[in-house]
Amino acid sequence: MKQLDTLSYLKLSKIQKIGYKLASFFCAIPKWFVGLFLKLWGFIKAIGLKIADTCVDIVKTFKNGSWKTRVSFLVMGFGSVMFGQWLRGLLFFAFEVVFIIYMIFAGAHWLSQLGTLGTKLPTTEDVYNPVFDDTVETTIPGDSSFKILLYSLLTIFFIIAFIYTWRVNIKQCRINEEILASGRKVKSTKEDMKAVLDDQFHKTLLSLPLIGILVFTVMPIIFMILVAFTNYDASHPGNGYANLFTWVGFENFNLLLDFGGGKTFAFGEILAWTLIWAFFATFTNYFLGMFVAMMINKKGIRLKKVWRTILVITIAIPQFISLLYVSNLFADNGVVNGILLKLNIIDKEHIIHFWGETGQNPWLPRMMVILINIWVGIPYLMLITTGILMNIPQDLYEQSRIDGANAWQQYTKITLPYMLFVTGPYLLTSFVGNINNFNIIYLLTGGGPDNPKLIVDGTIAGDTDLLITWLFDLTTGASANYKLSSVIGILIFLVVAIISLVVYNILPSNRREGDFS
Amino acid sequence: MMNEYKGQDILEFNYLSEEERHDVIDLMPPADYCAQEQVTAESVKESATAVEFKPAKRHMGQKIKNRISNTIIYVVLCLMSIIWLIPFVCILLESFRVESTSQVGYIIPKEWGFDNYINLFTKTKFLRWMGNTFFLGLAVSVLQTAFVLSMSYVLSRFKFRGRKSLMNLMLILGMFPGFLTLILIYNLLNGWGMTGENSVFGLILVYVASSGMGYYVSKGFFDTISKSLDEAARIDGATRFQIFYKIIMPLAKPIVIYTILTAFMAPWGDFVMAKYIAHNSSAGFNVAVGLQNLIATEESKATNYTMFCAGGVVVAVPITVLFMLLQKYYVAGVTGGAVKG
Repeated sequence: MKQLDTLSYLKLSKIQKIGYKLASFFCAIPKWFVGLFLKLWGFIKAIGLKIADTCVDIVKTFKNGSWKTRVSFLVMGFGSVMFGQWLRGLLFFAFEVVFIIYMIFAGAHWLSQLGTLGTKLPTTEDVYNPVFDDTVETTIPGDSSFKILLYSLLTIFFIIAFIYTWRVNIKQCRINEEILASGRKVKSTKEDMKAVLDDQFHKTLLSLPLIGILVFTVMPIIFMILVAFTNYDASHPGNGYANLFTWVGFENFNLLLDFGGGKTFAFGEILAWTLIWAFFATFTNYFLGMFVAMMINKKGIRLKKVWRTILVITIAIPQFISLLYVSNLFADNGVVNGILLKLNIIDKEHIIHFWGETGQNPWLPRMMVILINIWVGIPYLMLITTGILMNIPQDLYEQSRIDGANAWQQYTKITLPYMLFVTGPYLLTSFVGNINNFNIIYLLTGGGPDNPKLIVDGTIAGDTDLLITWLFDLTTGASANYKLSSVIGILIFLVVAIISLVVYNILPSNRREGDFS
Repeated sequence: MMNEYKGQDILEFNYLSEEERHDVIDLMPPADYCAQEQVTAESVKESATAVEFKPAKRHMGQKIKNRISNTIIYVVLCLMSIIWLIPFVCILLESFRVESTSQVGYIIPKEWGFDNYINLFTKTKFLRWMGNTFFLGLAVSVLQTAFVLSMSYVLSRFKFRGRKSLMNLMLILGMFPGFLTLILIYNLLNGWGMTGENSVFGLILVYVASSGMGYYVSKGFFDTISKSLDEAARIDGATRFQIFYKIIMPLAKPIVIYTILTAFMAPWGDFVMAKYIAHNSSAGFNVAVGLQNLIATEESKATNYTMFCAGGVVVAVPITVLFMLLQKYYVAGVTGGAVKG
């Protein structure tokens, strides 16, 4: 497609401009897919080169190093101690000892079972029990697939950490030798200790948070990704007392994404509703919240503080109270139906099922959820937008007023572009947040009403279920289906990642940075 | 004269607090007043009466228009206030209802009393739940603040190798849904004896461990503190720890309070993690799980509904008061986070 320069772009009519923008957007898609692949390839290449470099460096260090360095290849920390850095040396050595002991007594055992995830089923045997002084039928636990998978993963983490430390240990020796060769002194242990609060302070600060993230986020996520390729569910709990679970390849993905055979494509339906929900939840809140902020900000409106405070109070009250209460207000026997009954607007047979009924139109509960979300969300957006609105240079408005612009024109030409520019990234995060907005749906409808058409592997989803609440039900429900919830989790990640990537690339905040500053 | 006034103002405006800004805006003369004065100032030389009349006429029309639109806005704002406050008024009223403990189709109680509150404290483990949550809030706010601040400070101030990839990694990790790992975390904590009755400790661990990933807002704040401060202190021989502790921390007071406030409030509303980890052991519930459990089924709802309302009031009042006191910091944090994305 031909690229227009700024001048000829400005000459286009309004419709042509929109057409041009759309066309250039779609034309750019193949380009950034290529760009993405190139980046990915570059990343892989860089890692490969780095590993190769490291290997060369290790071999060189061995060839050129003194005997102290060479012994360090086997006994970690030996070189450091010999160069006078006894603290580092002892830590290296202790790590090596712990690693070897762990591998011999536990690590090797777990790793060897990773391929099958356990073979020994639990058995019942007659075992002598001293309490009853008799033989009693006892269950002897078999292998636990869960533990095997978990500890194998930990062992792999441990091995990677060991290789890295080994490499650092060798590098230290080389650096020390170079320092000594140039006639300077190596850092003493005392200096090392000081550096913890000075030159290396960032490592000190980062250590605990990063360990936390590694143990409670990275490791669990990798574990659950692995679970997506097993048949781990309620009938295969793999806890040592019942069936084991094992690797099944891509079977779960087939199960979830299979839309042949006349069944409803449950995943597709729920994904569609999730996206519709996220769209409406984000933009209704955004525009209405901005509107409320503008009303309160308007010159001549008194009691600004009072209006703001009233809205802000609702943020302070924990959501589970307000949402559970509102959910009960609109329940079948709730206050709203009660009042409508008393006013004779409805009769006993025709109470309004605000939260839906199986077989009824699913859009009533869906509308309700979106409406209540507006109620929840406006105060936040009011808070966020108030400050930004006040930062818009006032002379822009005055100039436009002199030029004869009315309020609507001012809004679309000044306020909205400015707001979109400043809050673009926020809109993206809040869209993603709404895809995973668990609280509202779970506390209001619990995902219901159940829709028998939305059935996958024997579990039923509801009309207002988002992917995230569905995932939660599959994890915690009576017939826990961990394998499917893992697959859904991975798919949610893919959806979020793709949306973020696409939107991030077309955000105005990214492209025209100079426009408003 | 007008321009001078405005120029000064915009410069100073940025340094004002939220309330002061409103005051300034209220004080500023209305826009048409400015326009009128400019026109008259320019037209002094011409001294043509027609020129002076026109803006005055426009001013009158504008005024009526303004009054109408203001009235509409007042009506809308009043309606909104009612809609936003009604559920909370209802919950307060229902908590004093004595004649029936289940849901009824009306709001104003026929018989008033404190029965629900008394039942709440004597018949359920509500005090234990409050204690759990309070302890949880305190522990989490201290530890989480330490984690978040150190993470964001490092990412804002230190240029070390792997910084960019670390931030990218955390961005990608954040795209995985949080509940994905529920089952594994439960099993881990169960292995360490931190579920059921002891779920408070498990919850502290879960909340705090991954909190480093929420560094965005405070990093944005640290970015705004001038780096020349660090450099000056460095020249004077301060270590990096001293710079962090003695120079940056006092300046970062608003963001520290924001982080503490949000960390303290989170356990009062968290529900999913708490419920899953407490796993039917009522001694380990926090208030959210405990109160939800009161009305979890239709049968329990019939006997406990008003007690739930009373519990909601007891929880909401102190949290709301705390929030209102520290509102200024919350608003600053939320707004800053939205702009920086």
